[in-house]
Amino acid sequence: MLQELLYGLAGLAVFVIGLRGALLHDNWLLRLLSLNVCGAGVFITFVAIAYRGLTLPADPVPHALVLTGIVVAVSAMAMALALGRRLRSYDD
Amino acid sequence: MNDWLLLSFDILILFILLGLAWLTCNTKEIKRGVTLFVAFGLLLAVIWARLKAPDLALAEAIIGAGISGALLLKAMRDYTEQTSLSSETSRFYVWGINAASLALFVLLAWGLWHALERSDGVRLAENVLITTPESGVSHPVTAVLLNFRAYDTLLELAVVFTAVLVVLAMGTKQRDFGKGEPILIAMVRWLAPILIVTSGYLLWVGAHAPGGAFQAGAMLAAAFILMSMTGVRVDSMLNDSSMRWLLVIGIGVFTITGIVMLLINGHFLAYSKELAKMLILLIEAAATLSIAAALTLAYLGGMPKPQQKTQSAVKIDKTEEGTS
Repeated sequence: MLQELLYGLAGLAVFVIGLRGALLHDNWLLRLLSLNVCGAGVFITFVAIAYRGLTLPADPVPHALVLTGIVVAVSAMAMALALGRRLRSYDD
Repeated sequence: MNDWLLLSFDILILFILLGLAWLTCNTKEIKRGVTLFVAFGLLLAVIWARLKAPDLALAEAIIGAGISGALLLKAMRDYTEQTSLSSETSRFYVWGINAASLALFVLLAWGLWHALERSDGVRLAENVLITTPESGVSHPVTAVLLNFRAYDTLLELAVVFTAVLVVLAMGTKQRDFGKGEPILIAMVRWLAPILIVTSGYLLWVGAHAPGGAFQAGAMLAAAFILMSMTGVRVDSMLNDSSMRWLLVIGIGVFTITGIVMLLINGHFLAYSKELAKMLILLIEAAATLSIAAALTLAYLGGMPKPQQKTQSAVKIDKTEEGTS
């Protein structure tokens, strides 16, 4: 219970830090980094809830969801980078 | 005594986590931000291992630290202009965001505390752990991914596929890095075969231990990305149409299996019990290839164009720009 709460709260803090960074930056690459940190915060909270102490095995359902989430996050980042690159090629 | 040791480890690691997150989100330099983000990804892998999620630790170490680092470094390469400091942002706006963030955190923390305190201990975990032996594999996470919640995984592959389609639509392959340093080339020559074999191992071991299609696919992509970084023309190993086939084979095999099972068992993706292990392995093998192709193409930044077509592609680009 203590560990779940500690890691869960840290995940929420990371989420809020990322969101704040995404709102404050006006450089798109830095904003993208902040958004990814924000997403990682959600993953941490989710996995913290799945943790059930040292004796019980962890809940596999959130693990499976976060695993797909990590892969989706990296492809979304690749997509955002490609869109950003295209956008800048019009600026030049 | 042991509890205290563990708790102090947790607190230490959470301090580093929050510090890294804060620095990553508040730096004004792109190079620094990217480096911190890679470190943040590595730390996440340690946290997953601490929270008894070895599958996530594997995936995060490959993807979060490795592949997204490579993607960002490549994006950063073309980014020479000075970063615009947010000088016009008013003090009022910054304080507003700070206050709203703090309020959001308090609200979420309150929600989390209630969720944990009021929880009645009933979990899907018990159901999953009891029914895992019937799923055809003995590792619960793989059972959830490819049997109990196979719909999710199918749609997730579709999301990855769509993201890569957008990357492909945005232009052709970006220019490669030059030939690497001799030491790097020698190292990659040793590493690449090991990575490819490890990827096959991860795919196979996923049935009964941490591993599976996602980790294996990411590992395979990492091998190709590493080779591409030392100047090996990865794209010349495969032509256009075979790359396209690799991209769709994951969703293709998954959907066809689902439809065949619909015809046999009356439910989409409801495996027959005796075939389950073989079907899961088949889907995972196809998904591994697709994920590897998708991540490699995402790194290359587009489909490689045959040499003779490059001229016309450039012309089309120019006419497009002329009309817009």
